[in-house]
Amino acid sequence: MTALRKPAPALDRTVLTVPSMHCAGCMSKIERGLSAQPGIASARVNLSARTVTVEHDPAIEARELVRRLADLGYEAQARREELAPRLSAATPLLAPLAVAGFAAMNVMLLSVSVWAGADGSTRDLFHWISAGIGVPAIAYAGRPFFKSAWNAVRHGRTNMDVPISLGVLIATGLSLYETMRHGQHAWFDGALMLLTFLLIGRVLDAMMRDRTRAGVDALLSQAAQGAMIVGPNGGVSWVEAGKLAIGMIMRIAAGERLAADGEIVSGRSRFDQSLLTGESAPITLHRGDQALAGTLNLEAPVDVRVSHAGHDTTLAEIARLMEASTQNRSRYVRIADRAARLYAPAVHTLAALTVVAWLIAGAGLYQALVTGVAVLIITCPCALGLAVPVAQVVASGALMRAGIMVKDGSALERLATVDRALLDKTGTLTMGKPLPDPTTLRWLTQDEAAVAVALASYSRHPLSRALAAALAGSDIAAAPLTEVAERAGEGVFGHWFGLEVSLSRPQSGGATMAVALAIEGRPVRLIPFSDRLRPDSAAALTQLGQMGIESSILSGDRAAAVGEIAIATGLTAQANARPADKEALVSRLRASGRKVLMVGDGLNDGPALAAADASMAPGSASDVGLQAADFVFVQDSLVALPRAVRAARRTMAVVRQNFALAIGYNVLAVPLAMAGMVTPLVAAVAMSLSSLIVVANSLRLARAA
Amino acid sequence: MTILLLLIPAALAIGGLGLAAFFWALRHGQFEDPQGNAARILMDDE
Repeated sequence: MTALRKPAPALDRTVLTVPSMHCAGCMSKIERGLSAQPGIASARVNLSARTVTVEHDPAIEARELVRRLADLGYEAQARREELAPRLSAATPLLAPLAVAGFAAMNVMLLSVSVWAGADGSTRDLFHWISAGIGVPAIAYAGRPFFKSAWNAVRHGRTNMDVPISLGVLIATGLSLYETMRHGQHAWFDGALMLLTFLLIGRVLDAMMRDRTRAGVDALLSQAAQGAMIVGPNGGVSWVEAGKLAIGMIMRIAAGERLAADGEIVSGRSRFDQSLLTGESAPITLHRGDQALAGTLNLEAPVDVRVSHAGHDTTLAEIARLMEASTQNRSRYVRIADRAARLYAPAVHTLAALTVVAWLIAGAGLYQALVTGVAVLIITCPCALGLAVPVAQVVASGALMRAGIMVKDGSALERLATVDRALLDKTGTLTMGKPLPDPTTLRWLTQDEAAVAVALASYSRHPLSRALAAALAGSDIAAAPLTEVAERAGEGVFGHWFGLEVSLSRPQSGGATMAVALAIEGRPVRLIPFSDRLRPDSAAALTQLGQMGIESSILSGDRAAAVGEIAIATGLTAQANARPADKEALVSRLRASGRKVLMVGDGLNDGPALAAADASMAPGSASDVGLQAADFVFVQDSLVALPRAVRAARRTMAVVRQNFALAIGYNVLAVPLAMAGMVTPLVAAVAMSLSSLIVVANSLRLARAA
Repeated sequence: MTILLLLIPAALAIGGLGLAAFFWALRHGQFEDPQGNAARILMDDE
């Protein structure tokens, strides 16, 4: 350690994600365990982000740190560069909110004294103090609104921030003028209160997006993508995906995904291409065959010579298709902005009419202007600004608790209008992975199950892991085994009280996937594996139908496999769809006026997910699927679909009620303002009351999901 | 009424102190790992 502390080369800093840590015990175990080791200067855990930041000797590689964490009992992965935490959306709004809240409270205290009857020099003093606090606070806390409003106006558009900014600025200007003229009314309290309420709405909205992003990031495969490369002298070393070059030989172990396209040069194995093509049955590839990046090696280690890397792979092609189709969706105009298009011109016309009417009625210019400004202040859309975000935040919170993550508020608006659903088959309607046949498992004796669990736990092979997971639920203790060895491509072999036991590839390689469980002196058990429909899929599809949403299957798999699922679910289906076909169908349906919901998980669904009006992906989806989808549901059950649609529709109903409430308030308040009867006291009461009503109405969504 | 000359600055100063404390906390990463901080009080250090 002392050698390290010399002026020596600066320490390297590596961030590792450790998804499994969850308590104080884990934190101290990791921090102390790592810092005690040679070459590591410090380790600091961030439990909220499930990461540990290690400062270490540059000689130690990230993979070595991962190994040391594995020794401590934690599965860890070096974090990919692009997943480094992006700036939080909520943090930049916290400081303006704090300033607005502080200023609003202090100014309100002074205003209460003025309303209570302070006059003369005391009232002037209070107004001047209010101005001293209020003007800088408004200039600082109002920036998020002014900026957004200015952007909209500059491009000839209007949004909710335009009437807000105008109202706040005019109220502040008028109050300053009144203060200088020793006038009776100053509106600093109203302007600040408005900003505080609106900032609360914005902060809640931003926190919701931060939380969802953290959840989705946790699902993304955080492993640095890459491959073990066989060197010319037979040695192997790890190379990152970005540095793979054509001609390199990758050694792909069973259970690993390919990082680049390539040709198999030795070995033969079965590959799962479902994420890439939607095809559910694994295909066998041997020497000379082409294997695609993103496919999963299921059986035996193979060597693959890289033929395309980086931007030339099939993966990169799909990414390009997706980029093109995202543009459709960015044309969507949010409901708050649509409301603002009607609202802003209406209130501005009303204010102008008020000024003209008072002038015609013979009032002085000053009085006419003050009344017009009062109309602008009273119509400043406090409740309207809260109507949408609060409802969406409450609904997203409810959905989050039900295991559905909502990427942003506009996704709820788009999902509510959906009347057509397209479902991918592999991984969406089905679980997307081979699962052991439950009937066979039930017929295993206690001993056999115990041996199977024990053997399976020694292997990282996908089938072994599926078997271990399936049996783990039925509280079976693993049998004590000795001399366990895993032979690549064959299975796991060991001894159990002197008897030879094994979990291996069956001798007769039939068309179906299976493993053979052999215990010396007993008949061999064959456990078949197959992909299965998600639980509750029938109920989920029926509910979608009752909501008026027509569903059909859109799959890249072969017609026979799709047909089987189509019969089981009673849906119409289209098979053999390539990524571009899927996207084309979505666009065609949208062009004919349907609102399309796309549900899919694979890379091949990416373009369609991006093109659809709204999209959902299961938590097991590929990184591309997770990033393209608006909603991510984490449980196995397909009931998440109708549940999300129902919650979205209820949210929009509440949003419309909120608009009605806010407009109702205006209908009452505007005539008062036009008659010149609104004082700052009336404005303060009306504003808080209407905001509270809107928030209370939105809270009813807490049980929406 | 002269008491106001004392009370108003006092009230503002106390409020401002709270605001300053909040800004300090924001700048110094006090809100970066709320879950971890909650768990850290349970760790018994050597």
